Amino acid sequence: MTTTDVAMHMSDGIVNAPTSLIFGVISVLFVGLAAVRARADLDDRTAPMAGLVTTFVFAVQMINFPILPGASGHLLGGALVAILVGPWVGTLCITIVLVVQALLFADGGLTALGTNVFNMAIIGVVVGWAVARAMRGLARRSRGGLLATAFVAAFVNTVVASLGFVLEYAIGGAAGATTGTVFVLMVGFHALIGIGEGVITAATVGAVAAVRPDLVHLLRTAPRVEQPVARGEGTQA
Amino acid sequence: MGAGHSHPLYLPGASVVHRLPAEVKIVAAFLTVLCVVATPREAFWAFGGYLLLLAAVWVAARIPPGWMARRALIEAPFVVLAILLPFTGPDPRFDWAGMSLSQAGVLGAWNILAKGTLGVLTSLTLAATTPMRDLLLGLQRLRAPALVLTIATLMLRYADVIAGEARRMRLARIARGHDPRFLWQAGATARGIGSLFVRSYERGERVHLAMLSRGWTGTMPTTGAPAAARTQWIAALAVPAVAAALAVTGMMTT
Repeated sequence: MTTTDVAMHMSDGIVNAPTSLIFGVISVLFVGLAAVRARADLDDRTAPMAGLVTTFVFAVQMINFPILPGASGHLLGGALVAILVGPWVGTLCITIVLVVQALLFADGGLTALGTNVFNMAIIGVVVGWAVARAMRGLARRSRGGLLATAFVAAFVNTVVASLGFVLEYAIGGAAGATTGTVFVLMVGFHALIGIGEGVITAATVGAVAAVRPDLVHLLRTAPRVEQPVARGEGTQA
Repeated sequence: MGAGHSHPLYLPGASVVHRLPAEVKIVAAFLTVLCVVATPREAFWAFGGYLLLLAAVWVAARIPPGWMARRALIEAPFVVLAILLPFTGPDPRFDWAGMSLSQAGVLGAWNILAKGTLGVLTSLTLAATTPMRDLLLGLQRLRAPALVLTIATLMLRYADVIAGEARRMRLARIARGHDPRFLWQAGATARGIGSLFVRSYERGERVHLAMLSRGWTGTMPTTGAPAAARTQWIAALAVPAVAAALAVTGMMTT
């Protein structure tokens, strides 16, 4: 049913123990950095704002989209949060959703948490943001440009996140398929998912931009005015 | 709306396992799964041993096996990936029931199935015996960054509210004859998600103001159960200790 998270939430035993631990350490370090930078993006509003954005991501992953009759998927949301709230808050939100899903809903293995966070919260959001940032000129020019940017960012983010899985598998894959087979399967599959993710992300970003363009992080030009310069200028990333 | 105090996988109870502090259970569950993952796939009996170990925990926690089995189906999508492996794996191959299967692929599929299932069962045991607020408290005791915990706390508090909003939007769409079948018909759902984001964000702004008016300083006040005693650590770590023994024996014998 939910084709999208089938391939993404890795279970225990897909990669071996040392690989799980290495990616766990990388993820902890990066998420720590994201927590520090997210504070700079939002200062004392960080907790409530990021809390509600995280809730939003959590709720969005429960909404199913039609793909074809009988098949549906849900949004992963990496590029979506990167465009809407920026890379640091976005990474933090997706990480927390993944941790809660693993601890409370047994969705994604405990030892696979490091690799899952690495693929979806780190690669997913950072790549989505990098693409969106590179296309920012286009996104600011017109609504069509913004939609195109959101589509490309979400598509690239989905495919590259699956490359993260291929990388982990190449390092410590614990199943009997060759890296080449896994590469073809994962990238092919995720190119298809990426189209869906791109369409939905573009439509969602378009809907937000139509109502509250000031909330779209990618479109912001100057630091938000509603927070007066209390902590020194230049906090806006 | 249950005000975010429980979660669907929690099985209320007062057993020994329920009463253990959450940080102890998180560490024990993580170490146990780590042992499972580190076990060589050829040590078939070791995986049976892990299952017995978990069954012993379920007896102590008074979790019915049927309750566990139904919820373990969450893993089902992953089985699909495992089923592909015998067909796509490398040579040598062997014939079984008219199909040509890869030897390494079959072992790989077994590896994912066995470890994935044991992982899900361990996570379920943790979730079934630990209420949400205890899990957060446990993460706090394990020195997770305060900001991350505050965000997670708020997320869990508001999950029901936002999910309820999403549900009402879906009902409203259905009531107006919305029945999408193809991806290009997903426009209304996507616009719904857009307005869900705007509503969540604006709710966040209101929540922030409400918190400020109640004296928010940037950190959550700590409340809750006392920290774990040494005996509780020893009791809980007995489980990963047995798992480690199984893993080491598995490594030696294969």
